[in-house]
Amino acid sequence: MQADQGVIASTIAQEQRSTRDARHDRLFGWLLKGCALLVLACLLGAAGSTLWGGREAFGTFGWGFLTSAEWNPTDDVYGALVPVAGTISTSLIALLIAVPVSFGIALYLSEVAPPWLRTPVSSAIELLAGIPSIIYGMWGLFIFVPFFSDHIKPWLISALGRESCDVHEAGNVSWVAQHVPFMGKMFCNENSFGGSVLTAGIVLAIMIIPFISSVMREVFQTVPTRLKESAYALGSSTWEVSWDIVLPYTRSAVIGGIFLGLGRALGETMAVTFIIGNKMKLSPSLLDPGASIASTIANQFGEAAGLQKSALMALAFLLFVVTFIVLLIARLMLRRLAHKEGR
Amino acid sequence: MSNTLYLRRRVANVAALGMSMFATLIGLAFLAWILWETLRQGISAINWNLFTKISVYREEGGLANAMVGSLIINFIGIAIATPIGVLAGAWLAEYANRTKLGESIRFLNDILLSAPSIVLGLFVYTIVVLPTTVLSDHTTSFTGLAGGIALALIALPVIVRTTDEMLRLVPSTLREAALSLGVPQWKLTTQILMRAARSGIVTGVLLALARISGETAPLLFTAFGNNFMTLNPLEKMPSLPQAIYEYTKDPDPAINAIAWAGAFVITMFVLILSLLSRLILSRNKVSHD
Repeated sequence: MQADQGVIASTIAQEQRSTRDARHDRLFGWLLKGCALLVLACLLGAAGSTLWGGREAFGTFGWGFLTSAEWNPTDDVYGALVPVAGTISTSLIALLIAVPVSFGIALYLSEVAPPWLRTPVSSAIELLAGIPSIIYGMWGLFIFVPFFSDHIKPWLISALGRESCDVHEAGNVSWVAQHVPFMGKMFCNENSFGGSVLTAGIVLAIMIIPFISSVMREVFQTVPTRLKESAYALGSSTWEVSWDIVLPYTRSAVIGGIFLGLGRALGETMAVTFIIGNKMKLSPSLLDPGASIASTIANQFGEAAGLQKSALMALAFLLFVVTFIVLLIARLMLRRLAHKEGR
Repeated sequence: MSNTLYLRRRVANVAALGMSMFATLIGLAFLAWILWETLRQGISAINWNLFTKISVYREEGGLANAMVGSLIINFIGIAIATPIGVLAGAWLAEYANRTKLGESIRFLNDILLSAPSIVLGLFVYTIVVLPTTVLSDHTTSFTGLAGGIALALIALPVIVRTTDEMLRLVPSTLREAALSLGVPQWKLTTQILMRAARSGIVTGVLLALARISGETAPLLFTAFGNNFMTLNPLEKMPSLPQAIYEYTKDPDPAINAIAWAGAFVITMFVLILSLLSRLILSRNKVSHD
């Protein structure tokens, strides 16, 4: 019915209509393209505005900004080393914990668990990703950090580290610290506040597990069944199929998933701000408080002015560039598997 | 000999699968631990004052101004991000699918999706807060509007991505049928395809709302926070996540308890939203397959 009317109408005023439609189509296309280009503008703008805001700090300190560990608002001297080191070490700790756990979860959900259990368990794990980061921060500060100080920290110190960070001071030194270099320094205790680089890394690990495990689970399911079935037919065990068939087949996407988690961990702000202790001092001990780039900005930007504000902007620029590169690698790796599948 | 090899492989298999189950249990245990504490501490601190009184620093502890502020800021964020995001997603799916520019914007959108929110906050600080400070001669600096814009930047990639994906799920026979009747492309996109993908697009908006309603970092330097009730988006504006942030840092345990109550409210809101959108999404997928 409508189609008939459409045909009749178009024969009556065909010329007029087609030019009008063409004009509308062009306008609409431009409008849509403009909106899509805004995405590009956001990324460029975020990089550009932080670089512009940080020009004073970059200009004043040059390359020294990256290598200096001194952050002193009283003397107006700023170096990025402490927050950069804090960001890197918390993210690495998070990956060290999150990657094996996520692999375990993905393996369990794709190969081991009975089918009726898979959907509820995976939705539950994905719920972890939905919890706002400030809730992780509160939970970390009020619940996890005290728990860690009471139960895990003393054990870590007695098993892996030394009681005092000063080598010449008396105190118990564990067997591991005596025999493995740096272990004593990494696990020694000087602060009474429980928050530390290590606790921040652990909480970050919990936050990125759902991201990594859901990518891994998804790509594990893309492995062709005939590949797995052939391996089973040759007598492989479930573990051998997972480790020797599934993992190599999905390697690039698994690495992509890990980088995706890393990208999240690098930029995470609120949870880390609560837990890391925000101390602008470089310390080899993972049990000491530190600072990350994001936590430094969140903590200081409100009261900062002049060169300090510029230094914080410069930090944000560094963070943005590094995260961008990490996420770029992640997406490229994830795409590689999709291409292999012909998608 | 072969027997010990067989035994070793079996032991390795059982051990590895056992470890994988253990890893899953660890994940679930942390989820349960976090939710349980939020529930326990939050429910014990919830009372009527929370919803009727304003900030603890002005009256007997409440979060009313923070909740109102959050509603306004989130509304601004979604109101800005939804039209832009839906149109951009439509461009990716309908106009630029498989073109070079389209592919790269889709790719960059995925990166924006997990870009650090604090940097986006600083971006909005530079392009909105600083200019308003100069233009208004230092009478206006931080505004709820700036907070809304910052949240819009975070919501945008979520909406772009779901719209793009949902439109591409619409069967191409629908497009061909409409085009063969002489329907112009803009009418096809707005009146046929978007209608077909409506529930999916709504899901994207809900997901974006869930994502931004817990965001704190970008609000610190855009909306800034306020201890009074305000409905004017051109003033400093309080928000629930930021109130939680401040009350958590307070040394007074009574104030910390209010932070827990706020955390409870926000967690419930976010979880219900994401469950709801998941429900719509899964129903939608089934109907398309």
